[in-house]
Amino acid sequence: MIETPTASPPGRLPPEQREVRVVSARSSLAHRFSELWRTRELLVHLTRTDVKVKYKNSVLGLLWSMVSPLMQLGIFWLVFGFILKNGYPHFVVFLFAGLIAWNFFSGALNTATGIIVERAGIVKKVAFPREILALSTVGAQVFYFSMSAVAMAIILVVLHSSPDWGIVWLLIPAMAALLVFASGICVLLSALNVKLRDMRHLIEVATQLWFWLTPIVYPYEKLAPHLHWLKWFYLSNPMTPIVLTFQRVLYPHLVVTSTNPPLKPPTYLPVLPVWSTNTYAELDCAILAASVVLLVFAVWVFGRLEGNFAEEL
Amino acid sequence: MGVPAVEVQQVSKHFRLNTERHSSLKDRIIHPGRSTYSDLTALEDVDFTVGAGETVGIIGRNGSGKSTLLKCICGVLQPTSGRVLVRGALAGLLELGAGFQIELSGRDNIYLNGAMLGLSKKEVDRAFDAIVEFSELGHFIDTQVKFYSSGMYVRLGFAIAVNVDPDVLVIDEVLAVGDEQFQGKCLDRIRTFQEEGRTILFVSHQADQIRAICDRAVVLEAGRMLTDASPGEAVRVFRESMGGVPAADELGAPNRLERAVRNVEILGVDIVGGARVHTGDDLHLRVGLRTKEPVAAGLVLEIHTLNGELLVRTDPDDKQAHVEIPAGESVITVDAGRFAVLDGAYQVNVGIVGHHGTTIFDWLECATSIEVTYEGRAAGMIDMVPKVEVEPRPWY
Repeated sequence: MIETPTASPPGRLPPEQREVRVVSARSSLAHRFSELWRTRELLVHLTRTDVKVKYKNSVLGLLWSMVSPLMQLGIFWLVFGFILKNGYPHFVVFLFAGLIAWNFFSGALNTATGIIVERAGIVKKVAFPREILALSTVGAQVFYFSMSAVAMAIILVVLHSSPDWGIVWLLIPAMAALLVFASGICVLLSALNVKLRDMRHLIEVATQLWFWLTPIVYPYEKLAPHLHWLKWFYLSNPMTPIVLTFQRVLYPHLVVTSTNPPLKPPTYLPVLPVWSTNTYAELDCAILAASVVLLVFAVWVFGRLEGNFAEEL
Repeated sequence: MGVPAVEVQQVSKHFRLNTERHSSLKDRIIHPGRSTYSDLTALEDVDFTVGAGETVGIIGRNGSGKSTLLKCICGVLQPTSGRVLVRGALAGLLELGAGFQIELSGRDNIYLNGAMLGLSKKEVDRAFDAIVEFSELGHFIDTQVKFYSSGMYVRLGFAIAVNVDPDVLVIDEVLAVGDEQFQGKCLDRIRTFQEEGRTILFVSHQADQIRAICDRAVVLEAGRMLTDASPGEAVRVFRESMGGVPAADELGAPNRLERAVRNVEILGVDIVGGARVHTGDDLHLRVGLRTKEPVAAGLVLEIHTLNGELLVRTDPDDKQAHVEIPAGESVITVDAGRFAVLDGAYQVNVGIVGHHGTTIFDWLECATSIEVTYEGRAAGMIDMVPKVEVEPRPWY
């Protein structure tokens, strides 16, 4: 005799107790965030896939994620430290401190902008919170960041340079601000790019400009005093205080003696703003707070635009 | 029907089709606020409920909104208005292997795809062996997916979806792919799912599959729901929406065979009780005739499927087909007996033919049509219900 089907086979909840999911035109922000949290494991998977696929079939494999920022560092050092002889001791450390933060941001931005369009295949066929795709590019950058951090550690050891251990904790708010800021921008731009496809090209150019507007290859103090009233505009770039914090911790000199050429009396070069540790912390926390607002806004915008993805892709 | 597993509530979906895409910034600036688009209604006020444990089919021709509806249920698309409630975990098979990363191995893809379907790593671990076994990939599981044949790709996709333990399984026309043996295996799995009391939403073009699997079916036509009925009735409505039983004049006006001698004229043919019959009903026809002088002849019935396949052409020399037609107008009633074909639309030709096939007095092509509705679960062309009996004795 064939057994009559039972409503709830062993191991599964009876239908009445199962969770109800609603698909409708608008979903609340809280709902979006709870969905994101629920699918966090997918974020880990997608991030891992991003990294794995990127270096698949290359001989050096994951080592590239350490080699390529080092090569970039070498080029900047060659131009500014060696050819232009700007005279900052351990300039490599200064450069790398800024680059490490910047690369995180620009790397995420440039891959995230096109990600929804690029992954149209799954966006149109599989249901999951799409923001995850943009966030996975940030996740991949977290991995590359940690590889760069290892390279940084090696450089510090080789050059016998030590970070300012007393204020190393400053990196925590700075990194949190960087992470949330990048996530917000990435989610926002990935959605906008679906509707306005030139966003991607615009971002490529904009990041170039943004890079030079941020004190990475030149010290803040070299430019800031000449800015006068423009200084506030300059400081309103959220990347500036973040990069400054990285430099402040990893390159522990506010003023250095020029190494180039050895003059008498020695030339003193100001490097970083003479702010108290608290100022750095406050600036980073302010950016973090603003970034949280940005992220919420980005997810809201994403939700508004998401409904049209299928027809735009 | 117990607790509803899927509730589709007044779902409408409109697409904006840009006739000229202004997706670049330049275009947006040049044409501010002006974009040329036409509205396409993919779904209009679709409303039905699927109870837990039910299997519901969705049929409709291409572009009728089937896929849009499935996407709304899966949550890939959001309806423009209305909403969908889904109770329990849902696995959507809109496309087998969607989301595979071809650079990664089958193993990695199982975990990635599992996560996309909302599984934790532990849950995938538990299902892993079953997935590999079902997909028949064996040691290829550690090969990069880009080296898979299309069959392997599809097998892996299906294997993941059916092994994730969903409460609701949504299947787009994915069973059309894969070889027959694998299709059989998929259908077996679907049956197991039904026995386990899971809910299945199933899109298919094949009336046979809908009948064989579903408890109910929904017919979509141009985004509207035509019916939500038993599979047999739904298939009939679907056939009708496809042009269904062509009215006699649509079949091409009943046309007379040129060679006919025409001393008899067939005035018309109709089916007693209407052109809609059920499988197994008795078929009665009436043929109206006019002749100047009495004629002795045989009546021929020819029944074709709409594709032109001949079901039957009766023998005019059979004693039972013999007619003596009096002069003037007359009506022949024909008892064709039990019409034991499964569902579909059929075209009837009628001829009055001299014995031994020598003369064709008159022959009417497309004289009428029959539409058969079938409520059972059998598949194929003819109706057959074997009666069985068991006898405990050795074989030979």
